Amino acid sequence: MASPNNLQFQEFEEAAELLSADPGASTLSMSGSNTPNTTASAGEDVKLDVSEDEEGQQESSELLGGQKPSGGFWTFEYYQSFFDVDTMQVLDRVKGSVMPQPGRNFIKYYLRSNPDLYGPFWICVTLVFSVVISGNLSTFLAEQKNPTFHYRPQFHRVTIAAVVIFMYAWLVPIGLWGFLTWRQGAERQIGGYSFLETVCVYGYSLFIYIPTSILWIIPYDWLHWTLILIAMAISGSVLVLTFWPVVRDDTKVTAVATVVTIVVLHTLLAVGCKLYFFHAETSPPTALPTTSTLHNHTTLAIKTD
Amino acid sequence: MAASEEASRPFAGLSDVSISEDIPVEGDISVPVGPSRRDDEFSTLDEPVKDTIMRDLRAVGNKFIHVLYPKRSSALLRDWDLWGPLLLCVTLALLLQGGAADHEDQGGPQFAEVFVIVWFGSIIITLNSKLLGGTISFFQSLCVLGYCIMPLTVAMVVCRIVLVISSGRVVFAVRLAVVTASFGWSTFASTAFLADSQPPNRKALVVYPVFLFYFVIAWMILTYSPQQ
Repeated sequence: MASPNNLQFQEFEEAAELLSADPGASTLSMSGSNTPNTTASAGEDVKLDVSEDEEGQQESSELLGGQKPSGGFWTFEYYQSFFDVDTMQVLDRVKGSVMPQPGRNFIKYYLRSNPDLYGPFWICVTLVFSVVISGNLSTFLAEQKNPTFHYRPQFHRVTIAAVVIFMYAWLVPIGLWGFLTWRQGAERQIGGYSFLETVCVYGYSLFIYIPTSILWIIPYDWLHWTLILIAMAISGSVLVLTFWPVVRDDTKVTAVATVVTIVVLHTLLAVGCKLYFFHAETSPPTALPTTSTLHNHTTLAIKTD
Repeated sequence: MAASEEASRPFAGLSDVSISEDIPVEGDISVPVGPSRRDDEFSTLDEPVKDTIMRDLRAVGNKFIHVLYPKRSSALLRDWDLWGPLLLCVTLALLLQGGAADHEDQGGPQFAEVFVIVWFGSIIITLNSKLLGGTISFFQSLCVLGYCIMPLTVAMVVCRIVLVISSGRVVFAVRLAVVTASFGWSTFASTAFLADSQPPNRKALVVYPVFLFYFVIAWMILTYSPQQ
């Protein structure tokens, strides 16, 4: 009596997890509820569900790491499975990206094979607008003492910021995932992350830059660089803690090179945003050759002489 | 003869059926001239053009009133139309023109940028709410989001009028207050209509993009600075 029931129970747990990850499955009568109570009541139906979905699971596990989408990529339900999160889950993941702890792998601990696209997408959009708006405000405050300064909205920066941030948040994970998959060859189940999980961890790791960019409104150079260091430390450690366990089985050189590349790219993004969008008091603006800015420089130079 | 006998045989079993006298069995066998009569009820081809235009204008005006006094009504959702959002978007984009720009791309948003932000923003928010499991339809959501831009358009008109007078700090404080109030009003109005269609544990996930959308539009309005 003990062993068959034990095996059965283990099967139910996995299936229950799968089912709670995808409440849109036809066996549940309640829609959108992820509470564990429902899994107990749906015990019998869960078994049927697992057997039906095995074929679909094997096809799609490559991209999604175990999450089963329902339907082909041309159906709406396929994309709905990427948005299968509640408010509390999103807030938990954001909290995990802001406070990384050495034992916790972001993907294993917070995502738990339910990666979502809601977080990465809206964090990127918010970051674009927060960087542009804060940069605008910071320029305005820094040039307050200049009587010839005329305020400009500088709306073209939205396009530039959007292109840069979205390219970083999508192309770098593609490259990293491709590289890691190539290095592991056929041993994907052992350590690899799916593409969606990589995109997810990169998206959530960008969250710390939103409050950082808001704090960059205060126009002191030393404050900017301190904030950059703190933000990069937190964000970089989330990424390093996530990817180190996967990479450390490789040769020493490759492992270190991969981690260093991740950190360097992250640094480039932060420093690039800071230099282009934010001009503190002491540093001269580097990228906006308007006549009024040049005029400001000549007046400043005259004043200091 | 033989044919009539054969024809009567299928009804042979009915020979003992009788209908009592007091049940009236009468009617009109002639087929009514249906199609043309039904067409008269629903066809709007024959009405004067003024009636057609006034009907649509009245519907649009009715929805504007619903936005002014937002209460959870299904009228806005049921009869959606996109005339109002188009009108508001064009007005807003036109009013945002003519901002300060001695360098081509240093100024405020161009007409196309406003259009893209409003329409693509609404489409993305609608897709987001549908992907999260909302029950509202695509065009209904576009309709609601577009109509709720109205307070912000009113704020833009007020800002431009006030900026004609002067452009000092007091005027900036007035503009800030007006834009903040209208931004809050827009967000409140649209969530009053949209909130019911979401599962309860994901409401905040749907409301946040709406908040961000109106915040960006409010930012564009507030930072409009006239040419000097």
